[in-house]
Amino acid sequence: MQNSNGLLNLIALLAAGLLLAAASHAAELSRGAILAASCEGCHGTGGRSPGAIPAIAGKSADYLVETLESFRSGEKPSTVMGRHVSGYSEDEIRQIAEYFSRQK
Amino acid sequence: MTKTTRRDFIRSVGALGATTSLLSLPVLGHAKAAGGRVVVIGGGFGGATCAGYLRKLSSDIDVTLVERDSTFMTCPFSNAVLGGLYDMDFITHGYDSLRDDHGVKIVHDSAVDIDAGAKKVRLAGGSSLKYDRLVVSPGIDLRWNAIEGYDEAASAVMPHAWKAGEQTAILRKQLEAMPDGGVVIIAPPGNPFRCPPGPYERASLIAHYLKTHKPRSKILIYDAKPNFSKQPLFEQGWAALYPGMIEWISESEGGAIDAVDVRAMTVNPTFGEPQKGDVINVIPPQKAGTIAEVAGLTDDNGWCPVDQRTFESRAQKDIYVIGDASIATPMPKSGFAASSQGKVCATAIVASLAGQDMPEPSYVNTCYSLVGPDYGISVAAVYRLSDGGIAAVQGAGGVSPKDVDPEFRVAESRYAVGWYQSITSDIWG
Repeated sequence: MQNSNGLLNLIALLAAGLLLAAASHAAELSRGAILAASCEGCHGTGGRSPGAIPAIAGKSADYLVETLESFRSGEKPSTVMGRHVSGYSEDEIRQIAEYFSRQK
Repeated sequence: MTKTTRRDFIRSVGALGATTSLLSLPVLGHAKAAGGRVVVIGGGFGGATCAGYLRKLSSDIDVTLVERDSTFMTCPFSNAVLGGLYDMDFITHGYDSLRDDHGVKIVHDSAVDIDAGAKKVRLAGGSSLKYDRLVVSPGIDLRWNAIEGYDEAASAVMPHAWKAGEQTAILRKQLEAMPDGGVVIIAPPGNPFRCPPGPYERASLIAHYLKTHKPRSKILIYDAKPNFSKQPLFEQGWAALYPGMIEWISESEGGAIDAVDVRAMTVNPTFGEPQKGDVINVIPPQKAGTIAEVAGLTDDNGWCPVDQRTFESRAQKDIYVIGDASIATPMPKSGFAASSQGKVCATAIVASLAGQDMPEPSYVNTCYSLVGPDYGISVAAVYRLSDGGIAAVQGAGGVSPKDVDPEFRVAESRYAVGWYQSITSDIWG
């Protein structure tokens, strides 16, 4: 990318750069991101757990919501997740799920 | 090494669609500090998290991390080193990923003074760093002589091992050298202190080592407190794994010690007879790291009052204090909590430098303790902002259930290791 000389490339690069900058301010400073940051302490950066804790990056938002809600109800047994999920509203669970569904 | 890719960014822009506004124009260029300069003092759980997240949140911000040591040894899992489950390498982390993957400037030096007026940090090496926002994450310092006779020199004989590294190695060597049938004394302080369940996990994993290698030995916990973190779970685990090996002496039973004698190898309780030990681990009372005190960020108790929404110091504008040094009650002084605070603080600083409002913060803590290699327990809490302060969400969190199948404890012991791998890679790469 650093070597692109054409005007079109430059325009594209500028546009992408502006979008990136806008994204890094508007997209990352969201309630969803700050909620999800809590999960990353155990599930790893972007939900990409390197160890025994289940990886959640890129799982579908619906699957994540369903799983978290079943931890909340106790329908799905857990060690610690039931204790965590009780701390969040349904809307917050949805935002967390959407965040991790976008990670790879 | 998986990081957010450019494609992810573009996709998230697409998701935002028309609601995304172009906030600042001169963002493409590589002009230094276009988004401001942030200096972070301390490369532990709080500071290293904050430095990395500042850059993840805004690559326009110039971030410099000041850390005395070239590597960081974590207190979490240092008890597992004492118990012989892991070696020091397992708990040692470096700063290459923060520098190479996130563009954090790493300065291996010590901050000796802060000029809040001129917005400058003076370093021991003689140079100074200018900042727009400063994050102070110095962890704890120990209150030498709060227990008579327990000064820095005494800690070479009776290690505290409450900062991981050389102290951990000293204590491990002493345990290895101790004869079978010896007495290990652990003397935890009153609240507040770093890692509330730590002394009891330590007793557990030392007991694991002794049971395997020196089964006639005993562990005495001389405690300055009337009770302790996860107490019923620890006591249940001790009875199951190490019956008769660990004796806890509460404050009311004469557990608080007010003096030590390094020559006689004794601890002196506030009442009752001096107790001799073969290995003595004194965990003295603590306070915020020295730089916080020097910079006038501490209160009369030695900790740093902060705005719990942003972690900005109550004493100095544009200076933020996170981790063990800060008063973030009801969050405990834990590595997990420090990291959670580092993320909230990074978000607050990015918003502040961009002239935006920060999203409502959310905080979390999860502390696993190993009672044995295959026996884990945990305490968790979710926190949110309430009336300007941090409050634990009622009905959430709490400790592991008391009466469960062994499989539950096995699972939590595996998750303890998984947690450690996740959080350390999240922070140090």
